[in-house]
Amino acid sequence: MSEAPDTGAEVPQSAAAKLFDLRVLIGGLFVLYGVMLTVAGFFTSPANLAKASHVNINLWMGIGMLVLGVFFLLWWRLRPLQRPQPDQPLPPETGTVR
Amino acid sequence: MLRLHVNWFDYTILAIYFALVITIGVIARRAVATSEDFLLSGRSLPAWITGLAFISANLGAIEILGMAANGAQYGLPTVHFYWIGAVPAMVFLGIVMMPFYYGSRVRSVPEFLLRRFNPATHLFNALTFALAAVLIAGVNLFALALIIHVLIGWPTWLSIAVSALFVLAYITLGGLSGAIYNEVLQFFVIIAGLVPLVIIGLKAVGGWSGLQAKVDHTKLGANAFSSWSGTGVGHWTNPLGDWIGIVFGLGFVLSFGYWTTNFAEVQRALSAKDLSAAQRTPLIGAYPKIFIPALTIIPGLIALVVIPKLGGTKITYNDAIPALMGKYLPNGALGVALAGLLAAFMAGMAANVSSFNTVVTYDIWQTYIRKGRPDRYYLNVGRVVTVVGIVIGIGTAFIASGYNNIQNYIQLLFSFFNAPLFATFILAMFWKRTTPWAGIAGLAAGTIGAAVMHFAGYHIAYFYPHQVLDPTHATINAQMVNFYGAIAAFVADLVVTVLVTLVTKPKPVSELAGLVWGVPDPNAPDPASVPKPVWWKSPKLLGGVALGIVLVLSIIFA
Repeated sequence: MSEAPDTGAEVPQSAAAKLFDLRVLIGGLFVLYGVMLTVAGFFTSPANLAKASHVNINLWMGIGMLVLGVFFLLWWRLRPLQRPQPDQPLPPETGTVR
Repeated sequence: MLRLHVNWFDYTILAIYFALVITIGVIARRAVATSEDFLLSGRSLPAWITGLAFISANLGAIEILGMAANGAQYGLPTVHFYWIGAVPAMVFLGIVMMPFYYGSRVRSVPEFLLRRFNPATHLFNALTFALAAVLIAGVNLFALALIIHVLIGWPTWLSIAVSALFVLAYITLGGLSGAIYNEVLQFFVIIAGLVPLVIIGLKAVGGWSGLQAKVDHTKLGANAFSSWSGTGVGHWTNPLGDWIGIVFGLGFVLSFGYWTTNFAEVQRALSAKDLSAAQRTPLIGAYPKIFIPALTIIPGLIALVVIPKLGGTKITYNDAIPALMGKYLPNGALGVALAGLLAAFMAGMAANVSSFNTVVTYDIWQTYIRKGRPDRYYLNVGRVVTVVGIVIGIGTAFIASGYNNIQNYIQLLFSFFNAPLFATFILAMFWKRTTPWAGIAGLAAGTIGAAVMHFAGYHIAYFYPHQVLDPTHATINAQMVNFYGAIAAFVADLVVTVLVTLVTKPKPVSELAGLVWGVPDPNAPDPASVPKPVWWKSPKLLGGVALGIVLVLSIIFA
């Protein structure tokens, strides 16, 4: 943002760079759901198991959602958003559009 | 009969999801300082986000329930709505059209028409789009209230008010970023809700071969597993009619018209951070689109086999997915599936509202009513228009709950306006002679063409099963009439646009820079100075692979 050309005092600057990283929320939600369903999967009643044609669906869904959530959290940790640093030259991909 | 046995565990899952929906709106609020932040996410989003939002904006619950219903009613021919009826158009948008949209820096699809044609064409498109968006948002809201009433027993007014309030909150706070971020989350929740139905259902009926054997004994029969059989011209028996209607009507006119000119879709790509990301938006969206039929058509077919009397008066085809949820899912998985269904309804409504506010603010208010105010003013207008749009949507939902079938008429009416759009855009982008007055004349002619064909179709024997006219019109192949109506709209638009162009004055080429093929924008950055994206980000590669997968799947399931 600070890199944008000076366009006059009364023109507000875009705050789009302040947008948070969605990967944390997706990861968080799916890890939470994953844990809840996996735990529920350990206590599946025989009636519910029969209802779901003998697939312990809460357990499998829980594990699946846990894996997806962990994937997003890892992606977020390993490749954090690159924000333009004021004291550092901009990498070409993150240059401001205007 | 369809009532779900929802318990505290499911409600906890729902509560967590809705809390997150609002949280996204609240924290996206910090990233809104200008009208463009609010209405176009400040053109800052990465391609994977805009790509998933692109597909999610179309993954409304009416779409999901409707496609599962088509799956139960028609079988595999339903894949035409995904493969030939979506993917080629998405690839064309990304590779061919996006440089004009994104490169010209227009803020909306109607604005492209304003710069390419004239205010008359612009206003026609902006007004019909805006009206369609709020009314269809209302139809979504009504459909949501109906299904919640059936599944959980809440009164319809309560569901309408509560869900409208949630959408209102996250869009007025977070703007397009709030809508798009929620769409990406919705995408994953919707998928998580549908996958278990396919897994359990397929196990229950004995896998794919078991499903085939069982469907053979239903009224759908063995043809359910062939997408192209019975599409011969002159003696069609396929539920979607002959191949001319499917290929040209659905695959060319309707599909290209919707995916490449509908602002609710294109807006997602315009919010991307650069041209490369904008081009990849529809291409990334194409991949899930290829495989979503597995999550809609297969449950439809399973429901046909395992739900007694599906397609009758008590349990309609539209109930296929809710009926399977009640039959198979234990508490927990049920909560996730319910969250997915509600997410899909909000996606369908939010996409319409967040494109409505942009068109009304920029294309109507700023262009014709109050010009030249400071940006802060238009940011506030955008917020107010969002509230107004949702209020009109709520009103539509209540009207729809009072009159039978009004939602069908609304969708029919706007299909007349959508059908000719692609003809106008393709001429606009590739024939620089196309004149300003030809723009509005072509759109009007195409709209009339679609309407005339729709009403004439009811008196043409060819559109009835066995090509025999049914005087009660009850057995007409409505999809086929729709496809042929689109062809009529396209031809009418094309002919009138060319004729009017030949007798009116074109725009000077200098005003068309960046808008038309072969007229480069002198202010655009030198292509050599833009860093070339890495090879796996190449639009041609992404698009080509998507088309290749569709071709292979089409041959396998021919």
